[in-house]
Amino acid sequence: MRKNYIVLSRRRVLAGTGALVVNFCSMPRLLAQEGQQSQAAGRQLPGSLKAAPFLDSWIRIGADGRITVFTGKVELGQGIKTALLQIAADELDVPFASLNLVTADTARTANEGFTSGSRSVQDSGTAIRHAAAQVRALLKAEAARRLASAPESLQTENGAVVADDGRRLSYGELVSEEMLHARAKPTSALKDPAALKVIGAAVERVDIPAKVTGGAAYVHDLRFPGMLHARVVRPPSYGAQLRSLDTGGVERMPGVIKVIRNGNFLAVVGEREYQCVKAMRALAAAAHWEENAQLPRQHELASLLLRLPSHDTAIFDQRGPGQAAHKTFAATYTRPYLAHGSIGPSCAAARFEDDALTVWSHSQGVYPDRQAIAQLLGLPPEGVRCIHVEGSGCYGHNGADDAAADAALIAREVPGRTVRVQWMREQEHAWEPYGPAMVTKVAASLDGSGKVLDWDYAVWSNSHGERPGGAGALIAGRSIAQPFPTPAPRANPQPEGGGVRNAIAIYKFPSARVVHHFLPDMPVRVSALRSLGAYMNVFSIESFMDELAQAAGRDPVEFRLDHLEDERAKAVVKTAAERFGWSQQHLARGHGRGFAFARYKNLAAYCAVAIESEVTPETGRARAVRAVAAVDAGQVVNPDGLVNQIEGGIIQSISWTLYEQVSFDAQRITSIDWSTYPILRFNAVPDSVEVHVLNRPGQPFLGAGEAAQGPAAAALANAIAHASGARLRDLPLTRERIKAAIAV
Amino acid sequence: MIARTIAACLFAAAVIVAAYLALVRQPTIDPITAPEHASFDPALVRHGEKLAALGNCNVCHTAPAGKIFAGGRALITPFGAVYSTNITPDPETGIGAWSETAFRRAMREGVDRAGRQLYPAFPYDHFTLLTDEDDKALYAYLMTREPVRTVTPANDLAFPYNMRLLLAGWQLLFLQRGPYHRDPGQSEQWNRGAYLVEGLAHCSACHTPRNALGAEKTGERFAGGESEGWTAYALNARSPAPVPWDADSLYDYLRNGWQAAHGVARGPMAAVMDNLGSTDDADLRAIATYMAGILGEPTPQRRRQGDAALAKARDADRTSTTGSIDTMGQGPTVPGNDNELGAKLYGSACAGCHESGRPLPFGGLHLALSTPIEGPNARNIINVVLAGIPAAPGGEPSPVMPGFAGAFSDQQLSALLAYLRARFSDKPQWTDIAKEVRDARTGARPVISYPSHGIGAAPADVSERMSPW
Amino acid sequence: MVKLTVNGRQHELTADPDTPLLYVLRDELALNGAKFGCGLGQCGACTVMVDGKAVLSCITPILLLEGRQVTTVEGLGTHDNPGPMQRAFIAEQAAQCGYCIAGMMMRAQALLQNNPRVSDADIRAALQPNLCRCGTHMRILRAVRRAARLMQTADADSAGNSQ
Repeated sequence: MRKNYIVLSRRRVLAGTGALVVNFCSMPRLLAQEGQQSQAAGRQLPGSLKAAPFLDSWIRIGADGRITVFTGKVELGQGIKTALLQIAADELDVPFASLNLVTADTARTANEGFTSGSRSVQDSGTAIRHAAAQVRALLKAEAARRLASAPESLQTENGAVVADDGRRLSYGELVSEEMLHARAKPTSALKDPAALKVIGAAVERVDIPAKVTGGAAYVHDLRFPGMLHARVVRPPSYGAQLRSLDTGGVERMPGVIKVIRNGNFLAVVGEREYQCVKAMRALAAAAHWEENAQLPRQHELASLLLRLPSHDTAIFDQRGPGQAAHKTFAATYTRPYLAHGSIGPSCAAARFEDDALTVWSHSQGVYPDRQAIAQLLGLPPEGVRCIHVEGSGCYGHNGADDAAADAALIAREVPGRTVRVQWMREQEHAWEPYGPAMVTKVAASLDGSGKVLDWDYAVWSNSHGERPGGAGALIAGRSIAQPFPTPAPRANPQPEGGGVRNAIAIYKFPSARVVHHFLPDMPVRVSALRSLGAYMNVFSIESFMDELAQAAGRDPVEFRLDHLEDERAKAVVKTAAERFGWSQQHLARGHGRGFAFARYKNLAAYCAVAIESEVTPETGRARAVRAVAAVDAGQVVNPDGLVNQIEGGIIQSISWTLYEQVSFDAQRITSIDWSTYPILRFNAVPDSVEVHVLNRPGQPFLGAGEAAQGPAAAALANAIAHASGARLRDLPLTRERIKAAIAV
Repeated sequence: MIARTIAACLFAAAVIVAAYLALVRQPTIDPITAPEHASFDPALVRHGEKLAALGNCNVCHTAPAGKIFAGGRALITPFGAVYSTNITPDPETGIGAWSETAFRRAMREGVDRAGRQLYPAFPYDHFTLLTDEDDKALYAYLMTREPVRTVTPANDLAFPYNMRLLLAGWQLLFLQRGPYHRDPGQSEQWNRGAYLVEGLAHCSACHTPRNALGAEKTGERFAGGESEGWTAYALNARSPAPVPWDADSLYDYLRNGWQAAHGVARGPMAAVMDNLGSTDDADLRAIATYMAGILGEPTPQRRRQGDAALAKARDADRTSTTGSIDTMGQGPTVPGNDNELGAKLYGSACAGCHESGRPLPFGGLHLALSTPIEGPNARNIINVVLAGIPAAPGGEPSPVMPGFAGAFSDQQLSALLAYLRARFSDKPQWTDIAKEVRDARTGARPVISYPSHGIGAAPADVSERMSPW
Repeated sequence: MVKLTVNGRQHELTADPDTPLLYVLRDELALNGAKFGCGLGQCGACTVMVDGKAVLSCITPILLLEGRQVTTVEGLGTHDNPGPMQRAFIAEQAAQCGYCIAGMMMRAQALLQNNPRVSDADIRAALQPNLCRCGTHMRILRAVRRAARLMQTADADSAGNSQ
């Protein structure tokens, strides 16, 4: 029997199928400003130094003075290549332009797991910051030794240590291999916030110039001598079995080198890319599948989720003194499956030579993907090198890992040649793991003075994290003749949570209870999508707060402030409201305004969003007219990068919220391209989006890349309700639904 | 003697002019204060909303990127441009000062509140058929819209068409005042369909050819017309659709905005379909029944041709997803027709979608089923090839076809059109391809591009799926 | 063998005539700008210019383009010497993942080359065929407006110089 346990904290493992389990987790510790869960004693290194404690895992200096910074994180378009270098430049006291960065590569960098959860600056940035500071200290100490001076009399600037009397030793002259192969210490002499010159400065992104001038920037741009092209043929639905295949015609097509069949895994390799595309189409037509999938009825999705077997856990339970409730309210919110919809379908290159495999991939986690691919091919992990090369925005777990596995399998069939696999648009849309559909139920009572008395929140959700893992997490791993078993789904542990991310409201309620109904059965392939459960939980909580505020006759912003204790949270709320002009009443007819706030994961960045919307009652069409946001991400590294991420998150969330839902029939996914899964286009873009940053010099970095998704959704829903009187609780807020909810 | 003749003629002329003016001059109806929204029965307003959708009012009476019903949209006619009026209840620039009587007179008689004749670009020759009750409901709907204060542009008509008084003569000749009278020899459904089609839906306004004075030719109703640069195909026995329409397929088309054997609504019909999305099934069935009668029973020969076209399309679905295209990307050439270029263009630029086997509405229609290719001219194909079918702007799933304006030269486009006609139609080749292409490119034939109709959820029917990849 | 001029240089292409321009640009000419986003003409990531008009290279077979002028983002300037459109996008930091950006720039270039004075509404309408998934829309609009100003100034400068 499959083990049914949910790890709630590192200290408790609880068993029980369907039993209600109560977790007394320690809230103050979990909300610690450090941004890191405290671990057992002895593991006190900051950030990812825990995973790679040697300084030269992060910083290397050549005799010529060239400095290379290493990170186990990857550039997803969030600008971390630039931010991490800013951190290093400041703490090392070297010119920004003199640094090189190596991102995740299993042969060269630390294992920092996945680039996800908005942790790159928090984890990798913190590690690099401390490593750089400690490297600088070591260089100063060495200079002190050689110059026979006290270290305190020495300065560092521009890549050199300089003495009072002007004597100068460059880092290149000072460094030695042994020096940097030193274990990091738990604390570092970090620069005073006031002395920072590069961290917090407006540094232009290092990757943009190549991207606008046609430089090689993406895994899609990789070219190797003698490189071959490949395309896979995917089945028409999940779990389909290949019953017959006549490859003769395909093998004879111009340019075709090989047709590969391994169980249900089908691919074609060719010399020229377009010939490969045509061969793929012919191969697809020559394949006959027996289809077995049974997908739920799309319009009954919510009721299905409520009926599936669940593991139920109370993740928060705090009872206050009993008091008479003035009024009780309840609401149910629903969310469909959402696609990542990466603009560039997944791509990978691989080369198999002398029993060793190299894979170039835009996977968010080269180490885990390497592990899974090694298992897939029956190779030892050391025999597989996985190198990250940028893809288009992935927003979580998209097809990247699977494309890498496809490339690996194909490369093994054409040893000595590098193979480039490009997924088609339809394949990316149909086979990527979606953000799970969810249902939430909220109930709350107000006391006589219009404050929340008690709060009951429940969320039903699949796993939000099905990344490799083992080979069984890969499409290729499940397709080959001897498939790997699909791993049992697991819930991301608290405090970060998967489906329950941000399910615990940040507000202070006298009584509150939050229950997680984890659903292991996944009728549709799901995994992590930007912000995981936070999008839905914040949408639900912040919509409901608005409904409560209205019932209490309170202004929505004031109502929230009344229930907040965190001063930084309040500052963000007030800033957004003020900059939006919240207290000014005048809005054009048909326009409305909405507000929402959350602290991502209750321990990362704070973000408040105010939106003005316009609803045309005759058509039901809603538009976000303008958005104003405020964000507190602790010490800001790259202000524009931060603004860019919040702006982008708001607009992406508007698209999710107004338009998006994965569609499927009884057997197949039917949203397979942009016509069947439309996203926001320029006509629906707001007139303006403003982001105001509350910089907190000296405070730890807080991840912000996913902070806007939830607040933007709720702000928009609240604005639509305000504009039209239609309170909508089922995502997406389509034109049809809005129209149906409005009186003519 | 001569003087008396002249005087008599002048007197006669004066009498005629006076009589004309007496007939022509209509009284002003007094302005009113717009009634409170709450004074209108909500059920009546909802009924009016449905009628407005059938009448397609918002499409003409809304400028591109303008407020709904606030007018300002140009309708290009052979006589110049007529701009739609502001029909929001704004008292100064809209119809806020119009009583229900004034509104009904405009609908029934084509005269505005001030007594001026309206241009029949506003199709009151159809709206005249509306019953008083339906006029009342429409009035209730319009008067409960958001008033928008905006002055619409003046019409841009050449002399003498800019003289409204002459419209009285036009009305005398061509306006048969309503309301609709039931035909007792026909079913209720037929009568309902007739009432809607000939009245609100004003289908023949686009689908009927017009005479030199811009009126529908009574002897050629539904024989085909044009709208905003698009050919509106004949809906009578001369319908060029390869597969003949019947009441069921028409209903499907009106309900969904597409039909498997005919294609996707595009051009001005896409906007119509958007509006029909809110129409009751019963009304759509009625329209379909009535129109099926107009189309008439297809001859056995037409039926056979239709079946053959369907068979061609289904074959493509069953065989290789490369369809009829060879490995070098060329479509089959037509015997006796030296159009290798057209075959190559079709094979490499079109067949990827149009012979992919992907079902409608999201796949390209197999062109054996294409109405435009059988039609009297190449205009609609030119429009679609140049501009594509843009995605629905509201975020609904919708078929998307890219435009090829930048990719094709005029000569290449002409070759392609000739190939399509030769390959997929038995009718004689179009003679005016080059001119039609040039007119579209230069704007001599102005074409209004419409985005796709937003189709609801992707087909959930298990059989409506693309071939696997 | 199809002859094509790309960014001012003539090429004799060995690819089959039915090959979409996108693959020829990327694979035969090793130009990275135009991207594969969908191959269906729905997303615009492949946008280039042909004779100054925006064209979706993923659905344009090269047999259409004999003797015509193709411009890709590489033709707008280089890393060391970026053109006005590129300078504008860098100045506005108008990219997140950046995958859609080359297509956006080419669409905008075609717009501005033919209509130097465009309104905001014109720019939005022109960019409608191009998708951005990261939500960089506001910056893209700012960058195009900035490019318009840069191009007008450049015109004014060169007009002055030629006198």
